[in-house]
Amino acid sequence: MNGTIALPGESKAAAARIGKWRLGDPLFKWLTLAMALVVVALIVIIGFVLFHWSALARHKFGWGFLVSSEWNPVEDRYGALPFIYGTLVSSFLALVIAVPLSLATALFLTELAPRWLRQPLTVLIELLAAVPSVILGLWGIFVMVPWLRMHLFPALRSAFGFLPLFKGPLYGVCMLAGGIIVAIMILPIITSVSREILRSVPNLQREAAYALGATRWEAIRVAVLSHARKGLFGAVILGLGRALGETMAVTMVIGNRPEIALSLFAPGYTMASVIANEFAEATTDVYLHALFEIGLVLLGVTLIVNALARILMNAMAGANVTRRA
Amino acid sequence: MKAARYPWRKFKDRLMQLVMGGCAMLVIAPLGLVFFHLVKSGISAVNWQFFTHLPKPVGEAGGGMANAIIGSLVLLGEAALLGVPVGVLGGVYLSEYGSNRLNFWIRFSADILNGVPSIIWGIVVYALVVIPMKGFSALAGGLVLGLMMIPLIMRTTEEVLILVPNCYREAGTALGISQWRVVVQIVMRTALRGTVTGILLALARMAGETAPLLFTAFGNRFWTHDLTNPIAALPLQIFTYAISPYDDWHRQAWAGALVLLLMVTAVNVGVRVLTRDRMTEDP
Amino acid sequence: MTTATIEKSVPRKRLAINSPAITAPAASRLEALTPSDWALDVRDLSVYFGTNRVLKDVSLQVRNRSVTAIIGPSGCGKSTFLRAMNRMHDLVPEARVTGAVRLFGSSIYGPEADAVAVRRRVGMVFQKSNPFPTLSIVDNVKVGPRLGGVRQRSVLDERAERSLRLAALWDEVKDRLNAPAVSLSGGQQQRLCIARALAVEPEVLLMDEPASALDPIATARIEELILNLKKDLTIVIVTHNLQQAARISDYTAFFYLGELVEYDTTSKIFTGPARQKTEDYVTGRFG
Ligand SMILES: Nc1ncnc2c1ncn2[C@@H]1O[C@H](COP(=O)(O)OP(=O)(O)O)[C@@H](O)[C@H]1O
Ligand SMILES: [Mg+2]
Repeated sequence: MNGTIALPGESKAAAARIGKWRLGDPLFKWLTLAMALVVVALIVIIGFVLFHWSALARHKFGWGFLVSSEWNPVEDRYGALPFIYGTLVSSFLALVIAVPLSLATALFLTELAPRWLRQPLTVLIELLAAVPSVILGLWGIFVMVPWLRMHLFPALRSAFGFLPLFKGPLYGVCMLAGGIIVAIMILPIITSVSREILRSVPNLQREAAYALGATRWEAIRVAVLSHARKGLFGAVILGLGRALGETMAVTMVIGNRPEIALSLFAPGYTMASVIANEFAEATTDVYLHALFEIGLVLLGVTLIVNALARILMNAMAGANVTRRA
Repeated sequence: MKAARYPWRKFKDRLMQLVMGGCAMLVIAPLGLVFFHLVKSGISAVNWQFFTHLPKPVGEAGGGMANAIIGSLVLLGEAALLGVPVGVLGGVYLSEYGSNRLNFWIRFSADILNGVPSIIWGIVVYALVVIPMKGFSALAGGLVLGLMMIPLIMRTTEEVLILVPNCYREAGTALGISQWRVVVQIVMRTALRGTVTGILLALARMAGETAPLLFTAFGNRFWTHDLTNPIAALPLQIFTYAISPYDDWHRQAWAGALVLLLMVTAVNVGVRVLTRDRMTEDP
Repeated sequence: MTTATIEKSVPRKRLAINSPAITAPAASRLEALTPSDWALDVRDLSVYFGTNRVLKDVSLQVRNRSVTAIIGPSGCGKSTFLRAMNRMHDLVPEARVTGAVRLFGSSIYGPEADAVAVRRRVGMVFQKSNPFPTLSIVDNVKVGPRLGGVRQRSVLDERAERSLRLAALWDEVKDRLNAPAVSLSGGQQQRLCIARALAVEPEVLLMDEPASALDPIATARIEELILNLKKDLTIVIVTHNLQQAARISDYTAFFYLGELVEYDTTSKIFTGPARQKTEDYVTGRFG
C-alpha cells in the first residue's frame, strides 16, 4: 500500500533493462559533456603547443622578435615584423575592399532585391564561400595577377603615382594582389553573417519607418542600420579574423618577400604564408621555433579578433537568443 | 514642402537599389570567373587517365591524380571517424543538457576554434603527431582535418537539434522512455537530415583544406597503403603543381582544381536541394 | 532536476478548504469512496516555477476507471497539475514539486520512485497532436514499448494493433501502416497519439485539452473514445470546454488561481456546486 514505484510490473527481463536506463542517462550525459569539452581542451592544447614549441625563439629574441625586421636563416636571427606588417596591411586592404561590397550586398539581399532574386543570390554567395583557398590562389596566380599587372596597376599608378603607396615597379605579385585575393575570400563570410544579422532586425522596426512615409532606403538607414550596427561591426571583425589567418591563396599571390615596403605594388609576406613556405625547410631548431612563435602571435591576434567579433554579435543577438527550457 | 522633395527621395531610393545590386554582382563575379577559367584551362586534362593514373614526372605528358583523389577520400574518412562522433555528441550536449553559463563558454570556444587559422592547426598537429611518429603520415593528415571538423559539426548539430520542437521530447518522455533514448531515438532522429547536411558541408569544406595538410599528410607522388606514410591529397597536389614552373603541371593543376571544385560544389548544391523545404523559408 | 520533497505523514490540516467534497452535503458520492478505489491520491501538492508558486496545496483523489475532468480559466494551473501526475516537471530545471502523489498507493515522488517507470504507468496526451514526424504510423505506436524493452516483433505488432483499435483508428490506417504519421489528418493524428500512449499499457491516461485543436466531428470521436477507454483505465482530462466536461466526465475539479476550489461529481458541479465561484464559472459569469 505504501511502497514506491520502482519498476513497472511487466517482467523480470524488462525490469533488468530498466535498471540499465538509470545508468544510461548519466552515462550519456557525461559522454556528451566530455565531447563538448573537447573544444575547450583544444584551445588550451593549441595555445600550449605553440607556446612550448616557440621557447627557443622566445628566449633568444625576447620581445624584440615582434619589432625586428631581420629574417636571416643563415645567421639564425629572426624577427617577425615584416610578417606582422604584411598580415596587417593585406588584411586591412581586404577589409577596405570587402566591407562596403559585402554590406551593400547583404542589404541588397535582405531589403532591396526582388524576391525571386534573393534565394539564388544567397546560394551563389554560399558557393563562393565554399571555393577552396588553393583554387582561388591558382586562379589568382594565372588569371588575376597578370590582369592586375597589365590593366589595373598601371591605371592606378598613372592616377595616384604621386602617392608613395602606388610607386615602384609592377611585379604583379604584391601586397595589393594579396589584399584583393583575401578580400574575395572574406566577401562571402561578411555578406552571409551580415545578412543573418539584418534578418534578425524585427520587422516592426521597418514597419515603423514605413509608417512614417519613409522610402526603403530611408527605412534602411533609420531603422535597420541603426538597429544592426553592433552586429554588423561584429560581422566585419569576423571577416578580419578570417583575413588574418588566410593562408594558401595569399601565399600564392603576395610575392613572399620579407620586406617592409611602403608601396602596395611591392611584394610582401604574411605570418600564415611564411609558416606555409618555410616550415618544411626550417633547418635549425631556432628557425623552427621562430616559425612556431609566429604561429603563436597569429593565434593570439586571431583569438582576440574572433572573441571580439563574437562578443559584438552576441550582444546584438542577445535579445533574440531564447534558450529552450 | 515634403511633396516637393519626394521625387528626389524616390530617385535616391532607386539609385541605392541599383548601386547595391551592382555590388552584389561584383561579389559573385569571382565565382563566375573562377568557374570559367577552371573549365577553360582544365577541361582538356580531365579525362579517363586523370582519374586512373599516377602523376607523371616532369617532361612526360599525361598522367593523372588518382592517388591524390583516393588520398583525399582516405583523409576525409579518417577525419569523419574522429570529427563526426565528437562533434555530434558535443552538439547534443549543447542542445539538450548543460547550464546556460557552461554552454555559453563551450559555444564560445567552438566559435573561436572555428576562427583558428588552418595553418596553425597544421603545425600543432605536426608538433603533436608528426614529430613523435618521426614522419609525415596519413594519420596526422586525417587527425588535423578531424579536429578542424569538430567545432564546425558541433555548432551545426546544436542548431538543428534546437529546432526540434520541444513537444517531441515531451511526447517521448511521457511514453516512459528514458531521457537519453528520447534524445538519440527521437530528437536526433527527427533532426537527422539537418545533422547529415552539416556533416556533409563540413566534409566538403575539409576536402579543400590545403594548409593544414602541408606538414601532416605532406603529399606523395605514389600510392600508399600504409597510414603511417605520407599520403597525397587533391588540394596539396594542386598547390604543388600550381607553384611549379612547368606548363604540363599547370594544366594538371587546373584539371585538379576543376575536379575538386565540382565535387565541393556538388555537395553544397546537393544538400541545399535536399533540405530546401526545411531550411530556407524566411521567418 | 526537480527537487521533490515527500512528506510521508502529511498532516490532515486544511482538509476543509481543499476538499470541499467532504464538507459538501451527503448527496455527493465521492465520500463513499474508499482508498482502494483511488488511482491517484494527491496530497498538498504545490508546484513552483522558480519562486512563483503556481499550484497551491492541492489535494484530491482520482477514482479508478473513471473520467475526471479538470476545468478552470486559462493559466489557473490545470496543465501544471496534470504534468505533476507523471513527473513531467522533472524536465523543467526551475520547477519544484512538493507534497505527495500516490499512484495506487505508491508514492511517485518517493526517493526510490523512478520517473521513467512512473510515466510508463501514467500516460499522457498533449493539446497539440505530436506524432513523431520521421516515424511511420505503426512505428509511432510501437516506439513506446520498443524503447521500453519489448523486442519481440509479434508482441509489438499485436500491441500496435490493439492500441490502434482502442484508439478507434485501426480501420482507417490498417492499409497504410507504414505511411508517415504526418500524412494523417489532425483528428487522426491526435488519435494516433492516444494509441501511442495506450501501447505502453498505462493504468492512468492524462489528457491535456486533447480536442481543443480539432473540429467538432473529430472532437466527437475523441469523446466517444474516452468513454470507451474508461472501462480499462483511469482518465484525467483537462478541458476548456464545459459542455465536454459535462458530457464525458464522472467527476470534475474546478481550479482557480492555482487552488482547487471544488471537486465533486460532475452532475453536482454543474447543477448545484457548493461554492459561488464554481457556480459563476460553470454558468459563464466569468472566465
Ligand atoms: N515552464 C514554466 N515556467 C514558468 N512558468 C510556467 C511554466 N509552465 C507554466 N507556468 C506558469 O504556470 C501558470 C499555470 O500554467 P498552466 O498550468 O499551463 O495553466 P493552464 O493549463 O490552466 O492554462 C501560468 O501562469 C504559467 O505562466
Ligand atoms: Mg494548459
